[in-house]
Amino acid sequence: MSAITLKNIVKEYGDGYAAVNDVSLDIADGEFVILVGPSGCGKSTLLRMIVGLEDITSGELRIDDDLVNDKAPRDRDLAMVFQNYALYPHLTVFENIAFPLRLTKGALSDDEIDARVRRASTLLELDEHLDRKPANLSGGQRQRVAMGRAIVREARAFLFDEPLSNLDAKLRGQMRTEIARMQRTLGTTTVYVTHDQTEALTLGDRVAVLRRGVLQQVASPRSLYEQPVNLFVAGFIGSPPMNFLPGTVGESSISTPFGDLPLTDRLRSAVDGREIVIVGIRPDAFHDVDESDVPDEAVRFEAEIDVTEWLGSELYAYVPFTSHDDVAAKLEELDRDLDGEGMRTQLVVSLDAMSTLTDGDDATLWFDPASAHVFDPETGDNLTRDAERASKLDEHGAKARKRAIERAREKAERGEASVAVPSAG
Amino acid sequence: MLTTKQKVWWALGTVAVLVYALFPVAAIFATSFKPSSELTSGTFLPSSPTLSNYESILAGDAQELFLSSLRNSIGISVISTVLASILATLAAYAIARLDFPGKKLVLMTSLAVSIFPVISIVTPLFNLWRTIGLYDTWPGLIIPYMSLTLPISIWTLTAFFRQIPWELEQAAQVDGATTYQAFRRAIVPLAAPGVFTTALIAFFIAWNDFVYGISLTSTSAARPVPAALAFFTGSSQFEEPTGAISAAAVVVTIPVVVLVLLFQRQIVSGLTQGAVKG
Repeated sequence: MSAITLKNIVKEYGDGYAAVNDVSLDIADGEFVILVGPSGCGKSTLLRMIVGLEDITSGELRIDDDLVNDKAPRDRDLAMVFQNYALYPHLTVFENIAFPLRLTKGALSDDEIDARVRRASTLLELDEHLDRKPANLSGGQRQRVAMGRAIVREARAFLFDEPLSNLDAKLRGQMRTEIARMQRTLGTTTVYVTHDQTEALTLGDRVAVLRRGVLQQVASPRSLYEQPVNLFVAGFIGSPPMNFLPGTVGESSISTPFGDLPLTDRLRSAVDGREIVIVGIRPDAFHDVDESDVPDEAVRFEAEIDVTEWLGSELYAYVPFTSHDDVAAKLEELDRDLDGEGMRTQLVVSLDAMSTLTDGDDATLWFDPASAHVFDPETGDNLTRDAERASKLDEHGAKARKRAIERAREKAERGEASVAVPSAG
Repeated sequence: MLTTKQKVWWALGTVAVLVYALFPVAAIFATSFKPSSELTSGTFLPSSPTLSNYESILAGDAQELFLSSLRNSIGISVISTVLASILATLAAYAIARLDFPGKKLVLMTSLAVSIFPVISIVTPLFNLWRTIGLYDTWPGLIIPYMSLTLPISIWTLTAFFRQIPWELEQAAQVDGATTYQAFRRAIVPLAAPGVFTTALIAFFIAWNDFVYGISLTSTSAARPVPAALAFFTGSSQFEEPTGAISAAAVVVTIPVVVLVLLFQRQIVSGLTQGAVKG
């Protein structure tokens, strides 16, 4: 187990295109870090640079204190799970898992190899499949074999490259939990690449959000969700995504297509003389007047519901609006960055599942202005970000991680690590 | 599903093709069992089958000529196949996997080499070989045979290697393998069916060659079977050696048939499938 340190890492291709630009990141021993971003943001390239399959143009990559920039993958002692699993089709499951051990050439006896493979296969519930070939396994089983091959080596860190993207939704949920449990049990430093923000939020101790090769924010999932640094992070994290409304700053309020936010001290200092801002409000901050107690400070507005989506646990309602010209361009650019289709601008509202609203209904909704973020339309910076609160959330996350690792080590010392067998489908 | 009518047509077509392809083989097979008196009788089947022709090439007059040429054929074909397979495997791997200047040139050159008619090269080669002392030696045939077998091997293997997922090799490297180990333990087992098929094709090309065999040899030191057949003589100058030639032709056909029958599954899968799915 090791710490990984990235210092001003740059990846530039022959044509001068910087796929990864000046990324610095400290990954602590035992930490689970997620690299997340839309396609083409450089997250996979960054991971492949860490493992050594991609050259580093400039910057320093250290594992513990060793500079490994120019080391071959085999000398870095990292284990990686590939997106397509990359299992060796001619080898049985047992030999696939044993493959890295066989390469150590005599350092391990056959008995030792057998014992270690069996320990890994028990942990991953692959015992009954050891003699089968990968072609005869289901997607989830292949995924577990790939993980087995990674954990059997007791490498310095695990690297995952979108490991769940080839699985169907149900299995993805199960495997996500498995990976989290495995990482907590083993306490191994893990770097995990995904484009799925749900995976990012659920798995990560810390999440690094990348956009066009540039690191936007590294923070605990809670801090990322509550206190995003800019429009991009706010729009990327959260599902359905945060609503961005054009806001015109007046004497005593910011007026949006959906009601006016009174200029409290917090908002006044944030706006700081700007005339136009972008107001960001999460879908779950909205409520139906008929179905909840409305606090005094709430902002109410009337809306004609265009489409509703009932999901059992909640109800999404969509309300179209026309965006302000000054911010439309910025929002369109953001949408492109987020792999969006640049469709209509609409407000997404997440309501209680018991709500009886249907398509075409008129509704009165409210939201708490304290939950609104205000962004600069030029730079995209979050003007209302509470740095103090953010660092408190990060501290909380770090503490939780430390406790989890300590618990895992205590368990391992008591010899229970392999008893905590996960169940997978 | 095929209708009855279609089935009949397919059967007829298949039979026609089989007769067309196999009748000469059957004729030679029948002839090889005829005594010399019957060679010109005009009947298809020998009236009194005899093994005398086989005796003459394996134990009789023609023994020395035939057995030495058989040894030459086997040795030269096997060596040129092995060399071509090894070289083509390495070359095709490099072409499919690595980025180096002149990659296209290598492919194009090997294609160009295989386009030249053998007969146009053989005369200059004859002169060259005599000058440098390769005339009538094993290497003197192995080298030109490789010019026939290498291009096709490189082309088929390159196509085959391109279908093997790149990720497997990277996975092996991350798992702790050197470049060579990754090639040896992750790629070669997957490529083996393709290499095997290519080697068989290369072997047949070398085994069947006649032009080089007759032009670049003069004695039994290196003369392969197809060329040696032309030197068979009858027991007197008035007797044609047709029976002995037929027997020899049957003997050299046997290894080819046996190889194909033994490995037909690998050949078919190697030629058609190639895809390696994890």
